[in-house]
Amino acid sequence: MEAVKTVNLTKKYKNITAVNNLNLTINKGELYALLGVNGAGKSTTIKMLSCLTAPSSGDAELMGFSIVTDKEKVKSLINVSPQETAVGAKLTVRENLEFIARIYGADKKEARAKADRIIEDFSMEETAKSKASTLSGGWQRRLSIAMALITEPEILFLDEPTLGLDVLARRELWRIIEQLKGKITIILTTHYLEEAENLADRIGIMAHGVLCAQGTAAELKEKANNNDFEEAFITIAGEAIK
Amino acid sequence: MRALTFASRNTKEITRELSTSLFGIGFPVVLLILLSAIDKSIPDGYGPDLFNIEKLAPGITVFGLSFLCLFSSMLISKDRTTSFVLRLFTSPLKPSDFILGYTMPLLPLAVLQGIVCYLCALCFGLKVSLNLIVAVVVNIPIAVVFIALGLLFGSILNEKAVGGICGALITNLSAWLSNIWFDTAMVGGAFKAVADCLPFSHAVNAARAAAAGDFRGIFPDLWWVIAYAVVLTVAAIAVFTAKLKKN
Repeated sequence: MEAVKTVNLTKKYKNITAVNNLNLTINKGELYALLGVNGAGKSTTIKMLSCLTAPSSGDAELMGFSIVTDKEKVKSLINVSPQETAVGAKLTVRENLEFIARIYGADKKEARAKADRIIEDFSMEETAKSKASTLSGGWQRRLSIAMALITEPEILFLDEPTLGLDVLARRELWRIIEQLKGKITIILTTHYLEEAENLADRIGIMAHGVLCAQGTAAELKEKANNNDFEEAFITIAGEAIK
Repeated sequence: MRALTFASRNTKEITRELSTSLFGIGFPVVLLILLSAIDKSIPDGYGPDLFNIEKLAPGITVFGLSFLCLFSSMLISKDRTTSFVLRLFTSPLKPSDFILGYTMPLLPLAVLQGIVCYLCALCFGLKVSLNLIVAVVVNIPIAVVFIALGLLFGSILNEKAVGGICGALITNLSAWLSNIWFDTAMVGGAFKAVADCLPFSHAVNAARAAAAGDFRGIFPDLWWVIAYAVVLTVAAIAVFTAKLKKN
């Protein structure tokens, strides 16, 4: 089943076309990585798919619901872990989790039960009573992803989830993301090519607002005729930019 | 319900920033103590009439509320900077939930600030009266004015800019044009005309009338303040919604 299907999705800002006639299909349970150099249009695509900004033309269906006409339904099915940590600084880990659960409609008891479960899943028992502002960058990012998952979304957007983290914290987050594979649909944007190569089922490469290539890491390497994924990305994105 | 949940989160964010709460409640009290002490040391008939405790206390309660503008703007701009608000924009929260959620936690702080100020004023000769409770209630619309101003500026400015605009400009502007520290009629002309058009002096007049038990004197000044509160709240919702759509 298709979790995401875009049809000629386009976003224009005055004279600039940030995303141009994007036609993309992501299957249910798939982890899809969106790659591209700065200004390629991946963040704008994520913003449109997560209902943060309306498309100039075209549409996208998430689990069968339009981002144009069924915005509220789409919002109830997705969640986002933004690039910045986006946690309530003065709230404890548990309070952050329960807060998100409650604004998505859970009552007090349900929110507590969901928080208990996710604290266990993310091994956050020891930090559950700590204020978010006292956590390290890696733990704040972990909390941010947990906040996105507590609502049990069908589609999860991870925007640069490991940006600025040290290698150990990054690997730890990779482990968490890998555990989610197959359970929910994940759309990941990242500048770390090895992250996409290691985690994603399929990878889409965007340049100038256009999806210029997509496939598994192996398929993309084959397409670029290069065994190194970074070199393959440079070849594909470079050609599209020319 | 969602607005209440959001308000609860904001209450925690505000009250756990101890310096904010202490400054918001403490600074007006310090001013009240200092000015009352100065007034006491000046022989009767020589000091400014406005510094008599009956006039000073209601004025200070209004001045203290101007800090709510800083608190609300800081809260919203901080949420924008950290992308917390971005996370919430993708949630089922509606623009009205956001505005209510940001406004509600500051109203109890406004009431508490008024109560503390009047309790302190009792030590400096203000007579105990039920009118003081009315005066605290009369301050609620001007509290909404300051909160809405904060939400407006917080929606469009970054954390640094709101410090300057709401922390310095609005606080000073509302102080100069409010009849608290000097009678704007003494300056007259355009200065008084501007002061009369803005809600601050009307809020002070209404608070003084309420504290004095002159309930008829509360109006029409309070209508001015209520009108500003409604217009600014609607404007804050409109700007916030526009910002939400523009993202």
